[in-house]
Amino acid sequence: MKELQDKYPQEIEDILAKYPPDQKRSAVMPLLFLAQREDGYIRDEALTEIGRILNIERTEVATLVGFYTLYYSEKEGKYRIQVCTDVCCALRGAEEFLEQLCQALGIRPGETTADGLVTVEEVKCLGACDKAPMFQVQTGEGFAYHEEQTLESALELIDSWRTEENDEEGS
Amino acid sequence: MTDYILLRHRDIPDIGQLDVYREHGGFNSFKKAVTSMDRTEVTEIVKASGLRGRGGAGFPTGLKWSFMDDNNWPHYVVANADESEPGTFKDREIMEGNPLQFLEGVMIAAYAVDAHTAYIYLRGEYWHIGDLLDEKLAELRKAGLLGEGLFGTDYALDLHTHLGAGAYICGEETALLESLEGKRGFPRLRPPFPPSYGLYGKPTVVNNVETLANVPLILKNGAQWYQDLGTEDTAGVKVFSLSGRVKKPGNYEMRFGSTLRELIYERGGGILDDAEIKAIMPAGASSSVLKATDDVLDTPVDHASMRALGSDLGSGSIIVLDETVSMDWVIKKTINFFNHESCGKCTPCREGNHWMKYLTESIHAGALDDGKVNLLYEVASNMQGKCLCALGEFSTMAVKTSIDRFPDDFKVEE
Ligand SMILES: Cc1cc2nc3c(=O)[nH]c(=O)nc-3n(C[C@H](O)[C@H](O)[C@H](O)COP(=O)(O)O)c2cc1C
Ligand code: SF4
Ligand code: FES
Repeated sequence: MKELQDKYPQEIEDILAKYPPDQKRSAVMPLLFLAQREDGYIRDEALTEIGRILNIERTEVATLVGFYTLYYSEKEGKYRIQVCTDVCCALRGAEEFLEQLCQALGIRPGETTADGLVTVEEVKCLGACDKAPMFQVQTGEGFAYHEEQTLESALELIDSWRTEENDEEGS
Repeated sequence: MTDYILLRHRDIPDIGQLDVYREHGGFNSFKKAVTSMDRTEVTEIVKASGLRGRGGAGFPTGLKWSFMDDNNWPHYVVANADESEPGTFKDREIMEGNPLQFLEGVMIAAYAVDAHTAYIYLRGEYWHIGDLLDEKLAELRKAGLLGEGLFGTDYALDLHTHLGAGAYICGEETALLESLEGKRGFPRLRPPFPPSYGLYGKPTVVNNVETLANVPLILKNGAQWYQDLGTEDTAGVKVFSLSGRVKKPGNYEMRFGSTLRELIYERGGGILDDAEIKAIMPAGASSSVLKATDDVLDTPVDHASMRALGSDLGSGSIIVLDETVSMDWVIKKTINFFNHESCGKCTPCREGNHWMKYLTESIHAGALDDGKVNLLYEVASNMQGKCLCALGEFSTMAVKTSIDRFPDDFKVEE
């Protein structure tokens, strides 16, 4: 399998160029993000391929997916809403915000909406402690911060994703 | 006009753009260093300025640079942009608002220790900052400020960003280096310290973002100028991240020697709903908690004074707690954090945090009557001095000081 190499040859070359030629292993984290881009999770085959590109064991690549919390080995919601409920945000209403959001979506923290669009998760400090309630949205493409949120603003955002999805299906 | 030193984008909104930054003297310090200064001269100025690390430990920056092992090459510089301590969001604003000053700081550090490659390790969630810095780095290469033969000398330098993927422990410098090498972020035994055994086993300077952002202006204005800004113990200015139960949370750049009262009441607008202030955590979740007495509020802040009060300045992340907050809740939250972030490499921290999580949760739920508070205190005490890295130690700080200093929050209600 050469799926990543076929799909992202330039990206892979750019990533590898950052590190000394005899230290290719350093590229494993950016390559894992790359592998996660399309589906929001890392497939088994990608582990093997990354191992081959970097000349390390597949199992070593797999242990990183287990160690770092922003890599996933299973498909969940297309959009992961990660609400910070750590101490500073909790002092400014984040726990109540999470509860309201989950209630509005009919799920509990950690669960995914029935249409597979949204997973809501509780996370630790995101470096936005002055702007609670806040969350980041993780997709395969990366992360986006949404700060000083209300239930209304969050639901509006989710609605805009729904519209986008429907448009894509319609076209 | 406040004359910011680090948060200069608040005075000059477009300072993140290369032409604007250069109009304001940007990269003159780097050029001066590379074209007219000896490496040791640069290090000596930073040493003389009294600059201390802003990542938490407050280690003298110039001294760290002077420890680089000159018998082992190549040398590396790594900027620590992992910023994950609850309550800390200053490096983010520096990198978003004034990115070029930070990058110039990295470049000067690299020149000073004769490194030709530097990495910026960002927490994965700062993805957008990674994109921004990549853009800036491309501009710098184009402008001839990075690359081969800089300013007609034979000095070559390049910088690269590297994203982490969600692990607080990777802010610890040796775990960060492991992670940058493509491994799990387990801390290494220290010593050896990174200046003798760092990235790929090579001598490496690891410095915090804010630390490095100070360097261009120190070179421009001189060591004495920087010394004079702060206190005898801690020179210069600090970006304090203020959060918790205050009216105006945010980053505030102040000189060392300013007071917490100034920060919390004048800058931060005082306590939400004008409630009574109760406690201060000066170093984020890793703090020893201070009772917010007049004495504490009026103490000029620096590393030494916070220690004298029975706490630590850490990275200067001030979490304010008011009368509506009970300490048993606070330590439940902090332990939840540390238990989640313990890397599991050593038993006292892994098991200790597991136990503390169970105990703080049951205490918060009201189980105060069967010795759980004493047991919690004992677990925390037993962990101290036995953990491989400082995370384990950090986790015990708020627990013990909360029980010691706020015993009423842990008593059975009559
Ligand atoms: C658990 C733990 C987390 C840390 N997190 C950070 C961090 O996010 N950013 C940082 O600059 N330093 C962090 N540090 C401190 C670093 O180990 C190191 O001391 C620092 O990067 C050195 O830079 P400085 O001298 O400029 O402060 C952390 C330390 C520990 C023990
Ligand atoms: S003290 Fe905790 S975080 Fe540090 S090495 Fe031990 S288990 Fe890991
Ligand atoms: S505590 Fe929520 S962003 Fe810091």
